[in-house]
Amino acid sequence: MATQHSRSAARLMMAPAVILLLGWMLVPLTMTLWFSFRNYFPLRPDREPGWAGFDNYVRFFSSSAFWPSVQTTLVIVGGVLLITIVLGILLAILLDQPMWGQGAVRILVIAPFFVMPTVSALVWKNMFMDPVNGLFAHLWRFFGAEPVVWLSDASLGSIIMIVSWQWLPFATLILLTAIQSLDGEQLEAAEMDGAPVHKRFVYIVLPHLARAITIVVLIQTIFLLSIFAEIFVTTGGAFGTRTLTYLIFQRVLESQNVGLGSAGGVYAIILANIVAIFLMRIVGKNLDA
Amino acid sequence: MARSVTTQRKAIYTIVAWGIGLLIFFPILWTILTSFKTEAVAIADPPVFLFFDWTLENYAVVQERSNYMRFLWNSVLLAGLSTLFGIIIAVPAAWSMAFVPSRRTKDILLWMLSTKMLPAVGVLYPIYLIFIKLGLLDSRAGLIIVLMLINLPIIVWMLYTYFREIPGEILEAARMDGASLRSEIIYVLTPMAIPGIASTLLLNFILAWNEAFWTLNLTAVNAAPLTAFIASYSSPEGLFFAKLSAASTMAIAPILILGWFSQKQLVRGLTFGAVK
Amino acid sequence: MSFRSALCAASMLALTSGTAAFADAHSATITIATVNNGDMIRMQGYTDQFTAETGIAVEWVTLEENVLRQRVTTDITTNGGQFDIMTIGMYETPIWGANGWLVPLDDLSEEYNVGDILPAMAGGLSYDGTLYAAPFYGESSMVMYRTDLMEAAGLEMPDDPTWEFIAEAVAAMTDRDADINGICLRGKAGWGEGGAFITAMSNSFGARWFDEDWNAQFDTEEWANTLNFFKDMMDASGPAGYATNGFNENLSLFNQGKCGMWIDATVAASFVTNPEDSEVADSVGFALAPDNGLGKRSNWLWAWALAVPAGTQQVAEAKTFIEWATSTDYIELVAANEGWANVPPGARTSLYENPNYQAVPFAQMTLDSILSADPNDSTVLPTPYVGVQFAAIPEFAGIASQVSQEFSAAYAGQQTIEEALEKAQAITTEEMEAAGY
Repeated sequence: MATQHSRSAARLMMAPAVILLLGWMLVPLTMTLWFSFRNYFPLRPDREPGWAGFDNYVRFFSSSAFWPSVQTTLVIVGGVLLITIVLGILLAILLDQPMWGQGAVRILVIAPFFVMPTVSALVWKNMFMDPVNGLFAHLWRFFGAEPVVWLSDASLGSIIMIVSWQWLPFATLILLTAIQSLDGEQLEAAEMDGAPVHKRFVYIVLPHLARAITIVVLIQTIFLLSIFAEIFVTTGGAFGTRTLTYLIFQRVLESQNVGLGSAGGVYAIILANIVAIFLMRIVGKNLDA
Repeated sequence: MARSVTTQRKAIYTIVAWGIGLLIFFPILWTILTSFKTEAVAIADPPVFLFFDWTLENYAVVQERSNYMRFLWNSVLLAGLSTLFGIIIAVPAAWSMAFVPSRRTKDILLWMLSTKMLPAVGVLYPIYLIFIKLGLLDSRAGLIIVLMLINLPIIVWMLYTYFREIPGEILEAARMDGASLRSEIIYVLTPMAIPGIASTLLLNFILAWNEAFWTLNLTAVNAAPLTAFIASYSSPEGLFFAKLSAASTMAIAPILILGWFSQKQLVRGLTFGAVK
Repeated sequence: MSFRSALCAASMLALTSGTAAFADAHSATITIATVNNGDMIRMQGYTDQFTAETGIAVEWVTLEENVLRQRVTTDITTNGGQFDIMTIGMYETPIWGANGWLVPLDDLSEEYNVGDILPAMAGGLSYDGTLYAAPFYGESSMVMYRTDLMEAAGLEMPDDPTWEFIAEAVAAMTDRDADINGICLRGKAGWGEGGAFITAMSNSFGARWFDEDWNAQFDTEEWANTLNFFKDMMDASGPAGYATNGFNENLSLFNQGKCGMWIDATVAASFVTNPEDSEVADSVGFALAPDNGLGKRSNWLWAWALAVPAGTQQVAEAKTFIEWATSTDYIELVAANEGWANVPPGARTSLYENPNYQAVPFAQMTLDSILSADPNDSTVLPTPYVGVQFAAIPEFAGIASQVSQEFSAAYAGQQTIEEALEKAQAITTEEMEAAGY
């Protein structure tokens, strides 16, 4: 039984975290909102920053780059989620099997998670995807094929691959801990009853993993919505890889139009929240403890 | 009744798992190998794997050009302190959410996570202006605060899920014995949550270490961590794969080593309450 | 108590590191933001000599070009005061100078001899007649070609080729079986990469970015001709995947002997003739960038220059450094240690009058190329802007990076040239409207 005393104490203890995050959210958010209604060109100090009404919102929304960028964002997030979860489950099941050197394999598998996004983008772009000197090009030529120009001909796929490589360890780890907690006897009983592998997977393993998958989806989505370094380093937003975040970057830093970029920021927050609500609808039940 | 595993099966699993593990690890391995090659060998066709004249020249060049230790020290300080402060602030919040839940607990938790969705570049100008006003540009203190705030939602959430797994009766008992709230948290709850706290610490240390937007844009010299170090090696004039590899290896080696040594702790705690 | 003591220790640590930062800022230390190009890196190696001579310590913030731009622009527009010297280009200098963000370099010392700076460079780094940034090195672009392959093709390169001749020559040099591409050019997205090349090239085709009333001009025939010529030539004689090749990629291709010709920055000449890096070092010839008989060549003009932001507290120290780094003494210092071919080129007249430097094979062609580019008169038709491969207005970088992305997508065959130009026209019109033109 929580007493009145502990309730107020609880509130008090939550206060620092809540107040700090409230500040972290409200101050920039308010400033973004303020800027989004103004004409603000940092490189044009001669121009009086004035009230812009909804001009920036209308302009950002009606720009020919807007919808494609939303689509690209969703494709990247969705693609990475799909790849990391499917491969993550398979890897987790594999790593759960008896083998020699299990710990060492696990170390190899989680290593990409420790690599900075900038570094991983640089390494992939130069040492693997370079159409002349990259390792893939060498490999393709070895088999007599014409090397693929990854970052223009398969730009979106390449970025999804790089990002998936970075996040696969995270998904695998969480799914692995979940699988390890699976009741082995239940599986054995099913096996004895003659249930085939795929049925055992669908009816026993998958439901058990539901919660872990939810967590992976939620956490990864938060990070994936704002990926930036991977695109900045590899394609610079060319060849259909401009996400909403990257579009805002172009507006704020390349075009130096802070008002327009801020309006874009507000749209990005709205998109993030739509995605979040959508996620909660689908998977939210799993979060109830 | 334990199922007996044939040696043959175990061998197959071992081969497949090692194959996949090495495949996933290969880009990192290749980077490390390339860092010991000369520039000419690095782009040789066909590629050379192990049998080349190993050289430390690239590391010497990188070390001569950049003060690596200062970048490294900044990375350690920023990632370490931001995580530490984050945990100090998050423990009480997570405690109250876990043990004195109200109707709004879940909403607050989700709201906290949603603060992470604000695209960083959209608020660069506001934050930069605030930092100028407060004199925090290129200061470690400023960056520690920012990194802590960025990761706070994840920290709170992780701790909350660990705390929930601790049976409330134990705390009740401590309270019966007359323990104050503070000593209840410090002496009863925290020790029980040590594995969880350890993995929270590790995960957020990694996230803070790899954060590359704010650490690059809010620093110049004094507070610049390894993310800024690597930004001086990408795309110079000419393709210098070997030097880029050396710099990359230097940027990721510390966290890679830390990660490997602590992977048991990381794995044990990295559940986000997914395991009941 | 473990938490409290940890907290104490941590705050102490943070506090002391804070004060350390403060102490740094008040001694005679200047902070310089710079780009990670070879010449700049080399200069960092000589900084100790500067410190020994003047007692002024130097802190370097070395960043990749795109990151540097974003970093210094944020700082200068908000008056952040993070840097005492910024490395900027010909694009930024007149804009920032006009805004009063840079300290005028009008009181440099007698020995420094401002008059020795090449007029083209001084002109591009000034606003309203006042110099705002001192060139560390300057460049134009020119043709670099393989003399052996030209000979094998039975052709002779004139000093001032036309595009027609170039297309013919590179087709003759192309040998796909031997992995030799007749020509390597920048197709990479980015206004400083493929965007710079195609804009400079378009000048020789009679195109321009804006008419006198700032209307975008991508719906003109001249632009269509430029892009069609470029794409046809590259598809026939260029390397696979040229849509992602920038300066670095082409340099490495040329050095590996995979290009018959390369039209790019004059500073590349010292890289491709350096036997340590280049497999073709002894068979490289130079010529002016091609034209189309319209009176304008397709070469650009650029300088990496050092400027002092108005927000700094250490103007005198910063100027001392600039005088040191861009002086003739520095050039001689590098020449003595690394040879004349490795000195920062393109900044000073006296360098090209020096007999030692005249012996360098690419010296004369570099100078001729620089002299043939005029930022104030770069197009056949009149324009309201200054700049050869850019228009020196704040909006240009944002517009041109998007436009060049559309062009790159056309090079890669993902859309037609007409579509790319249509989108370029729409983007430019949209952005100029948003900026209030």
